[in-house]
Amino acid sequence: MAYSFDFSSLADYGPVLAKGVAITVELIVVGGALGVGLGIACAWAKALGPRWLRPIVSAYVELIRNTPFLIQLFFIFFGLPAVGVGLTEMQAAILAMVINLGAYACEIIRAGIEATPRGQFEAGSSLAMSPIQTFRHVVLVPALQKIWPALTSQIVIVMFGSAVCSQISVEELTFAANFIQSRTFRAFESYIVATVLYLLLAVLLRQVMRGLGLFLFPRRRKTT
Amino acid sequence: MTQFSTWDIVSNLLLAARWTVLLSILAFIGGGAVGLVVLYCRIARKPWLQRAANLYIELFQGTPLLMQLFLIFFGLPLMGLDVSPWAAAFVSLTLWTSAFLAEIWRGCVESIPKGQWEASSSLAMSFFEQLRYVVLPQALRIAVPPTVGFSVQVVKGTALTSIIGFVELSKAATIITNATFEPFTVYGFAALIYFVLCWPLSKSSQLLERKLNVAHHHH
Repeated sequence: MAYSFDFSSLADYGPVLAKGVAITVELIVVGGALGVGLGIACAWAKALGPRWLRPIVSAYVELIRNTPFLIQLFFIFFGLPAVGVGLTEMQAAILAMVINLGAYACEIIRAGIEATPRGQFEAGSSLAMSPIQTFRHVVLVPALQKIWPALTSQIVIVMFGSAVCSQISVEELTFAANFIQSRTFRAFESYIVATVLYLLLAVLLRQVMRGLGLFLFPRRRKTT
Repeated sequence: MTQFSTWDIVSNLLLAARWTVLLSILAFIGGGAVGLVVLYCRIARKPWLQRAANLYIELFQGTPLLMQLFLIFFGLPLMGLDVSPWAAAFVSLTLWTSAFLAEIWRGCVESIPKGQWEASSSLAMSFFEQLRYVVLPQALRIAVPPTVGFSVQVVKGTALTSIIGFVELSKAATIITNATFEPFTVYGFAALIYFVLCWPLSKSSQLLERKLNVAHHHH
């Protein structure tokens, strides 16, 4: 190959990359936590909520799952200010990620809830638990445990999706790579470094989710 | 300055959507073809081939599609190949699709009982013949719903190619927004067009899955 790699010209840009990584982490931590929260609320509404709420949640889920994240992001960042809702880049990016993850998490968590046998609801209420207590202790926690791996994968996918937030100039990892390549003209090297960092972030995210799973479901750990 | 009516916006978006559809179809066909090769390597009885296929799948599933696009768009010219946004979009979506399809299909192949392989091997069929005549025809049935479901991801994935300058639906929406200053309407309609493309695919995937499950229960 005629091309000679030169990673040394990237050496000065360590702080830029570090900042990019920090913002990607911020996006995924805040967006992930709020998104899973929204997903839980929607899953409750769809599986057990009032009848009138269900079609609304279904429409939201279908709309988000069948449109690209990029368009959702642009709609929120460029479209909403036109109707009077102005958001900063960071707020728009997090809102888009929450709305996006919320829809996917809803479907994943609902599958877990529906796998809970009907008798457990009845058992919960026979122990004089309120519907909310039953939902939290009897339905939600075992459901989350069942779908934890699928939820983890979805959060990783959302983190990869966050790369497009660079397009509304959120200064995350892809933005940093774009910045570096525009300064050094070392496009290939810049994107290889960013790609490797994404790969490492994904590994780290999976480990954190695994640890969180062990912390959240301590007594229910299966021997298998 | 010319005025854009709502119909102008919609018709221009629809014209650009042709490229989204074409790119989706080509990437899906290309991805399917490469995916079959990766699948073959993944289940072949050669450890080094399996490892190579695994690495390929992990790499493409474990990194953002946008990075893959950038690497191909900026990387290939360095090796002396002149790539247009069109070619870069097609190549990267094909590779990305192939990794996901290979992994989906591997799951389907592995769900075929081991006895089927053993039975066909006892009939003196070669590995390739076992795969071609016994395992794949059965795996194909199970593979249809998740494959159709994944096609939605391919259509949505094409939106990223707008970032390297390929003019499809998303890029057209940005261009029209810059001309009309009506982002709410333009991105709203763009989202609607994507929805019209993707929703039938999602729905048919769900229906096919249900049909298959019902068929299984009769056994």
